[in-house]
Amino acid sequence: MTIVYMDNAATTWPKPPEVLAAMTRTMEEAGGNAGRGGHRLAVAAGEILYQVRDTVAVFFGCSDPFRVTFTANATESINLILKGYLKPGDHVLVSPLEHNAVMRPLQFLAQQNIQWSVLPSAKDGRIDTTLIEPMIRQNTRLFVICHESNVNGVIQPIHEISKIAHSFHIPLLADCSQSAGSVPIDIDSDGIDFLVFTGHKSLFGPVGTGGIVWGSQANIEQITPLKQGGTGSVSDRYDQPDFLPDKFESGTLNIVGLSGLKAGIDWINRNQMNQLSSEKDVLLQKFLDEIRAIKRVQVFCAEKKENQGGVFSLIIERLDNGFAAQWLDEEKGILSRVGLHCAPLAHRFLHTFPAGTIRFAVSPFTTCEDVEICIDAIKMLAEKKETAHFL
Amino acid sequence: MKQYVILVFTSSHAIGIEQKLKKMGVPCKLCAIPRNLSSDCGICVRFDETNLETVEALVKTLSFDIQEIIATNY
Repeated sequence: MTIVYMDNAATTWPKPPEVLAAMTRTMEEAGGNAGRGGHRLAVAAGEILYQVRDTVAVFFGCSDPFRVTFTANATESINLILKGYLKPGDHVLVSPLEHNAVMRPLQFLAQQNIQWSVLPSAKDGRIDTTLIEPMIRQNTRLFVICHESNVNGVIQPIHEISKIAHSFHIPLLADCSQSAGSVPIDIDSDGIDFLVFTGHKSLFGPVGTGGIVWGSQANIEQITPLKQGGTGSVSDRYDQPDFLPDKFESGTLNIVGLSGLKAGIDWINRNQMNQLSSEKDVLLQKFLDEIRAIKRVQVFCAEKKENQGGVFSLIIERLDNGFAAQWLDEEKGILSRVGLHCAPLAHRFLHTFPAGTIRFAVSPFTTCEDVEICIDAIKMLAEKKETAHFL
Repeated sequence: MKQYVILVFTSSHAIGIEQKLKKMGVPCKLCAIPRNLSSDCGICVRFDETNLETVEALVKTLSFDIQEIIATNY
């Protein structure tokens, strides 16, 4: 049975072959430890690392490659900023569609009297920018916005939100885990201070890659590193370096994975992201238009097409989500993602908590045939006669 | 010809300078740091005196501080 991969919001699959080739080449030809030692393999690794930094910086409109910090994933990036920037007594404003990568660190920080509130929004979770100002308190120190929801794909008006935040001298953290590589992002013109990304979704890198791009106005001196340790620099001191990139990058970096991330971004650049996105949008709209017409299927997506990313969710009335997803896999080869998607805040907001939804996410590798197979399968599920799996 | 090295605080910066100089067509080389110059275990950028002014001008545009530029027999 052919696999119809619709779990691209968890991680994209397949990756471009160039990603695998780059990683193998790095292992073979640049197998030293970047920043540690001066022999040719260490320097070769360091040069690759610099090129990845430069590629990431340019991709997000950042002029300085050293304002890119690499981490293992977006969760680590978010933890770094929240725990390194916020102080006891601070207040944070979040979107109603945040992932637990944000909510769990915030819940942890609540022990230090750091509070959070949810910004008002439309029914789909898109923030209503006219209602932001009254939410800002004297101690509000940060906005945290999930740029594209991993549940319903709603894209937030980052630029408008940051304009309001900045008028109160409050920085904005954009969690671009879903949007990076899928939605055009320019860090400074979008007004992002802390741009968090993961490498393994729409940037087509491997898992274990991610990072932060620091906006040109972001005050990095205010942020304490999440970890301290070896950097290969100022090694005669016990103090952590205070300069970029070493301040936040203790420990050996995943140079093999990062070389794959660069190959993924190069692939996007070669294929023109706008072109990839518009082809994806056409497929997604066909998908959404057809399933919205199916009786018993409730779709969770953006209210307006222009605010829709490549992800959406659905439920089939009175049918257990787990059964539906398993049937899709075993009977049709369709790989979806069922549950709460590590986003209980979003599911509570969408009234799909605790059962969650079945999530679908397209990628540039998704074909029209894939979408047709999914539509037919969802129709079959919706037409199923009641069984033990019905609620 | 007299040789110089740029001492930096981290290998990442050495590689960043090397990449910029190469783009500018300035011959340079990444080398292990001479032990008499620094206790660091990283690398530095070596170039010859004909490019000293160009390198000094570039250094002023960087987003990070360097340690220093030193004449060397290395």
